[in-house]
Amino acid sequence: MEIVMAFVVGIIFMAATYLMLSKSLLRIIIGTGLLSHGTHLLVLTMGGLKNGAAPLLGEHAPSYNDPLPQALILTAIVIAFGVTSFFLVLAYRAYQELGTDNMDRLRGTKINE
Amino acid sequence: MSLLHLAIVSPLLLAVIIPIFSKSIRQIHTGWFVLPLPVVLFSYFLSFISTTSHQGTVYESFEWIPSLGINFAAKIDGLGLLFALLISGIGSLVVLYSIYYLEKDKEQLGSFYVYLLMFMGAMFGVVLSDNLIVMYGFWELTSISSFLLIGYWYHREKSRYGAQKSMLITVFGGLAMLGGIILLYIMTGSFSISEIITQSDRVLEHTLLIPALICFLLGAFTKSAQFPFHIWLPDAMEAPTPVSAYLHSATMVKAGIYLVARMSPVFAESPVWLWLVGGFGIVTLFWGSFSAVKQTDLKSILAFSTVSQLGLIMSLLGVGAAALHYDGIDDNVFTVATTAAVFHLINHATFKGSLFMVVGIVDHETGTRDIRKLGGLMHLMPITFTLAIIGAFSMAGLPPFNGFLSKEMFFTGMVKILQMDLFSLSTWGLLFPVLAWIASVFTFIYSMKLVFRTFTGKYKPEGLKKKPHEAPLGMLISPVVLGSLVIIFGLFPNILSHNLISPAMASILPSLLSPGDMFDVHIYFWHGPTPELFMTIGVVILGILLYLTLPKWERAYHLLPEKLTLNKVYDKGLESIQTGSFKLTRFYMNGYIRTYLVYIFAFFILILGYTLYKKDAFVIDTAHVSSIGFYELVLSVLIVVSTITILFAKSRLTSIILLGAVGYTVALFFVVFRAPDLALTQLVIETVSVALFLLCFYHLPKLKKEESKIPFKLTNALISIGVGAIVTAIALSANSTKLFESISQFYVDNTYIRAAGKNMVNVILVDFRGFDTLFEICVLAIAALGIFAMIKLRLTRGKEG
Repeated sequence: MEIVMAFVVGIIFMAATYLMLSKSLLRIIIGTGLLSHGTHLLVLTMGGLKNGAAPLLGEHAPSYNDPLPQALILTAIVIAFGVTSFFLVLAYRAYQELGTDNMDRLRGTKINE
Repeated sequence: MSLLHLAIVSPLLLAVIIPIFSKSIRQIHTGWFVLPLPVVLFSYFLSFISTTSHQGTVYESFEWIPSLGINFAAKIDGLGLLFALLISGIGSLVVLYSIYYLEKDKEQLGSFYVYLLMFMGAMFGVVLSDNLIVMYGFWELTSISSFLLIGYWYHREKSRYGAQKSMLITVFGGLAMLGGIILLYIMTGSFSISEIITQSDRVLEHTLLIPALICFLLGAFTKSAQFPFHIWLPDAMEAPTPVSAYLHSATMVKAGIYLVARMSPVFAESPVWLWLVGGFGIVTLFWGSFSAVKQTDLKSILAFSTVSQLGLIMSLLGVGAAALHYDGIDDNVFTVATTAAVFHLINHATFKGSLFMVVGIVDHETGTRDIRKLGGLMHLMPITFTLAIIGAFSMAGLPPFNGFLSKEMFFTGMVKILQMDLFSLSTWGLLFPVLAWIASVFTFIYSMKLVFRTFTGKYKPEGLKKKPHEAPLGMLISPVVLGSLVIIFGLFPNILSHNLISPAMASILPSLLSPGDMFDVHIYFWHGPTPELFMTIGVVILGILLYLTLPKWERAYHLLPEKLTLNKVYDKGLESIQTGSFKLTRFYMNGYIRTYLVYIFAFFILILGYTLYKKDAFVIDTAHVSSIGFYELVLSVLIVVSTITILFAKSRLTSIILLGAVGYTVALFFVVFRAPDLALTQLVIETVSVALFLLCFYHLPKLKKEESKIPFKLTNALISIGVGAIVTAIALSANSTKLFESISQFYVDNTYIRAAGKNMVNVILVDFRGFDTLFEICVLAIAALGIFAMIKLRLTRGKEG
């Protein structure tokens, strides 16, 4: 299963990168969201899959799934949410103020113009 | 930390408290608080003369960074002491002079004296450090304080230009010197000068000798304004005159001379050293004196004259190195060049210091330094005139002043070259005395011009801003002291020879001395009818002739086209470096976010790919792989399909819903992979996210079809595929290699025992890694504040809010 997941993660990363390289701001935000999904799955896969029961001691299982990646991912999900929402509002405000969401026209420097 | 260390850093310490004095006690000129320090230091250093004149040295060291071999080692030997005395002695006189030169109500005295003290401390550090790295630090500090002092009147554009120029050139040389220091360290394994000198045999045979030597000489030549780096010195004359007198004639520019003298025991036996030091010195001597004649600004004349005199000392040091190739001290006539170098160093500090102060007085009392507006000041300023005569005649090499003696010895040293039979000196060496003689003629001419154009001739009061009169007494004290020294050293040169010159020579040419031995220096006024005497007479006669006919041939200077001067080269070079680097930066930092992302991803691919390949880390091991279930396969297909579809989605809504689909599939994955907490969180967060997206997308523009060219898409596709491939490779390898035991078992074992919880993930989050969670909340809070601010704040367009 880990091998399948490795390819799934690779495809998600590929799509996320492609979206982030595009010119539209919304696509870039979707790309970052996709990237965080891919990362979560990657971390989970790296820790090994289906090694045992869910990491709850009440299960009284002989072996448990690795709890550490799960803890990390839990933090990451929340942070990713924070970043995505910040990004969304930023895009919304930038569009409102500047009237475009095309990255080519949102350049930071004024030189050469 | 000894008293010696304290003496070295005392100016820096005083610099810290001087601003308090200048702020709180405004009635008294700040200079009076500074003056005692150099006077005390001068007398303190005088007390070492008895030690050094018997070949003794004082060495004090305390550890600074011992692991790197960097100790603050202070050493007093003949050479260091000579410079320390110059710095403190001239320093005292300059501070005294500046009290009358800078008016206390108009100038920012606090910063002036802070810079001056910084410089003084840095100079002590340069000449008394035995550790090269420490010396380098102080060396750069002199460049920085010189920059600040030249730019003291920063509202003038020329001051800023001169300050920047001197900084760029001297710091460039300083960096080259640092390279030389490191090369020496590679050769000898030590930063200590005394230790390196003991290993000079090994240095001389090493292949790195020539690079190290050139690096050191670059440092020395830029600092001492040797051709072609001399161009900064004339522009540095924008500094207040006390500064010019101190830094740009007597001390800082001599740091380069000091460096050459200090490193002579290491490098001097190399023929390259002799030719470079001697050659650049003699060319500088000629070019400086030649250029000085055409100047019309008094300080410019002095600036070029300083350039040329520094060249003179430098050439003497170079030629003096030849003495190392002849054995025996008694019949070694070649050391006379080194004697002359040290002697002239002292003489130059006295006469040039006094001349600068004289020019400062003229400037101060008349309001101009332009030689064309001046004239006939002799009767108005008799004392200043007398001082100018003494200084200028000494510079021209006329008896009975000290300049005559060292000039004679200089000729002796140059003529002696003809007797040397090494390094093809017997053929090309003829250039040395010839150039020296021609340069001396020019020196004579500009010296005369300086005095007589200013003080004799027709008095032109209409061109002057002020009504000139003799300077106040306090302003005259310092130049009078220096002028008296010019005469005293001229009449009784031997008070210096045993106490200062001989110990300094011992530091420059130690290998010629057997232990306990010393150089027997004796300076004579009358040598009999030697070639040197005739050379001097020739200089005087031709000089007088040329000076009198100056207006007739002065136009010859305009033959050299303006565009070819070194200053133009410097200006153009600086300009093209600026525009060039600007263009280069523009080329890759073009402001497009996409470009930067491409760089980041490309490096991501390259570095990770290279590491995987180099470390042989890419392995696929199927031994511990878990089975593939039906549900998981379905979910995998689902997530891949939704992901790929996002790429081709035409509308905003579709792509948001597809992103939601991916998110929910991830949540299902978490369920299948037995991570209940993650699944719950993911479900909640995904719902909120999609709601937020749907809320926002309404305000965002419609997705346009990406109208871009094929290469653009192709690069994007290539980079994305690369990133995907690398991530897959990492994921595969990470599963297949176990380098060490996971720490997860600790949490499994201790969750209940230590934290009394049964949900391991929760326990890790709130107990074991509680701070992580706390900061995570902080991140959320910051994001929330940012969002709130963005929505509520209307800074740019008030009417919209």
